[in-house]
Amino acid sequence: MLRILRQIWHTGTITEPAPDCRDPEVEKAGIELKRIIDRRFGGSLAIREVDAGSCNACELEIHAINNAFYDVARFGIHFVASPRHADVLLVTGPVSRHMEAALRRTWEATPAPKYVIACGQCACDGGEFGISYASCGAVENVLPVDVKIPGCPPPPLELLRSLLAAIGGA
Amino acid sequence: MSRFDWLSELLARFEDEHILVRRGWARRLAPAHLLQIDAEDWGKAAAEAATFGCRWAGLWGEHLEEEIQVNACLVFKGDYLVLRTEVPAGEPLLPSHTPHFPGADRLERHAQDLLGLAFGDHPDERRWTRHLAWQEDEYPLRRDFPVQGHAGGETPPDGEYPFRAVLGSGVYEIPVGPVHAGIIEPGHFRFSAVGERVIRLEQHLGYVHKGIEKIAVGRDAEGVVRLAGRISGDSTVAHAWAACQALERACGVQPPERADFLRALFCERERVANHLGDIGAICNDVGFAFALQQFHRLREIWSRRSGERFGHRMMMDRLVPGGVAVDLDRGAAETLRTDHQALRTELERLYDILTDHPSLEDRLLGTGRLSAETARALGCTGYVGKASGQPCDIRHHSPYAPYQRLEVRPAVREEGDVMARMQVRMEEILESLRLMDELLALLPGGEVRAPFHHPGKACEGLGMVDGWRGEILTYVRLDAEGRLAHFFPRDPSWFTWPALERIQLGNIVPDFPVCNKSVNGSYSGGDL
Repeated sequence: MLRILRQIWHTGTITEPAPDCRDPEVEKAGIELKRIIDRRFGGSLAIREVDAGSCNACELEIHAINNAFYDVARFGIHFVASPRHADVLLVTGPVSRHMEAALRRTWEATPAPKYVIACGQCACDGGEFGISYASCGAVENVLPVDVKIPGCPPPPLELLRSLLAAIGGA
Repeated sequence: MSRFDWLSELLARFEDEHILVRRGWARRLAPAHLLQIDAEDWGKAAAEAATFGCRWAGLWGEHLEEEIQVNACLVFKGDYLVLRTEVPAGEPLLPSHTPHFPGADRLERHAQDLLGLAFGDHPDERRWTRHLAWQEDEYPLRRDFPVQGHAGGETPPDGEYPFRAVLGSGVYEIPVGPVHAGIIEPGHFRFSAVGERVIRLEQHLGYVHKGIEKIAVGRDAEGVVRLAGRISGDSTVAHAWAACQALERACGVQPPERADFLRALFCERERVANHLGDIGAICNDVGFAFALQQFHRLREIWSRRSGERFGHRMMMDRLVPGGVAVDLDRGAAETLRTDHQALRTELERLYDILTDHPSLEDRLLGTGRLSAETARALGCTGYVGKASGQPCDIRHHSPYAPYQRLEVRPAVREEGDVMARMQVRMEEILESLRLMDELLALLPGGEVRAPFHHPGKACEGLGMVDGWRGEILTYVRLDAEGRLAHFFPRDPSWFTWPALERIQLGNIVPDFPVCNKSVNGSYSGGDL
């Protein structure tokens, strides 16, 4: 137990103004995001992530915004397990035909008002996979999309910024 | 030990069984050895190979004109043997390899769904990759099937997949997925449980099937490597490398030595990043959030360095046919070496905690055990195989450039439980750090990219790379114009997903996340 406490103490709070790890851009993007979320969503933005056919690279970067460097939760953003608890669907991948119905059902299960964010190049325009017998291409071919976050995959900072733009403009 | 010193013995056994072998094209897929056999001998050959002790490493087929060419890959003592046969496209009947190699099950059903092959004595006749996006009598990999398909409108949900029901008093089913609760890929798991104990787990995957084999057709070499980098994003380097290797072998292109070293450097970096993430996630699945925070912190530092030095946090699209797209700038080697040392120091402290933490031991030791026999029968490689006594690591057993110049020491354990799979990852990180130091010390100068020329005639090649999940096998065939005629990338997940079904048996439902994470199969890599 002492070793764990020592390690935690040794690591410090890397999301606070610790000189070796602080990323001013994260802070700036995040604080503004927090203000918007406070105003529009009562301090909390619930995101349901849906992989509709991605290669899993986008998932890795979405995971990353939850790590201690970005700590997206401190801005009121959290990922939820059910679409019924969600304000936003964050959809990755070209929509594979095998996921088409599951994606529609997830959207139907999300209470209005709801926002759909297409995350990553494939979700924005079909990317490397496009439209085929197995792929519907971009998310907007299946659901109404409010915001697109391009990038293959979008790096965590870009994700934060785009969420800001998304909610700001929504 | 010389390569293929065992082959004459296997061929003698084939002869005893009256299996007719044609050897005209033996070196066509070098370093693999190619044997052409008759379709009627397909099953017998597998039976002999199984008794001989071969590992079964994959199956793919291609629709030519009037016939379908089928290939199966076997491995023995680190040597690759490809069996090839042809069946008429109008009557594509073939004996199954599954009775002899259980790991062949899903790949044969994949070939059945996409190519229309019929495996007569296959123990499981159900579809695998096909849901409802195309009809039962349509086969996307046939030449006459248009890449756009025939179906218009919405694809209905696949509610009719015939799961095997478990009957008995007190047995209940838990359906999970395709959309899971976390930030994770989609797939369906059907648990049959009594109380908390799982007595059967059945997977239904294929949800992220994107038609990769079909849309690769007609691409040029660069296009197919870009696609290979998106088969499974977490293995973007390893898949791109296997595709490059296959293309370069097919066309007789030799990448510069410096490029080999940089590819290995990227690939080891990818291994470290993923293992760091997995160790944290495994601990988190048994409630040890401290490790999640610590290891994901280390992973983030690592990814930032990749982004800063190589222009992409996951090093996507850094490999190109003929070499790599990015060089190591001056001073980078020193920075990386310092990083390696810093990570070692951090890990020493953290490993100390992980290996001596009773509540973690209580949850991980003995959980989700995979026996050595099952791991061998399924052909598991990577940390899943290694944790169950299967030492296969092709960086060591069939070394490709630049690994002939390094000595890779595979981490092997016998326990086969979640703890062992985590410990293999822990050791592999340290081994990768050592290898990367060596790669930097031995890094040759010169170019990082050779011009990629196509020989002007049809050619084919096979690439094998040890990715962080295990062995990746990639086949390419190019037509006379240098366009892709066939592409088949086989992710190691094809063999570790079925292992997970067995790992979960007898374990409690709440331990599924940690069992699953300890295997961490790629959905996208297998669904193609």
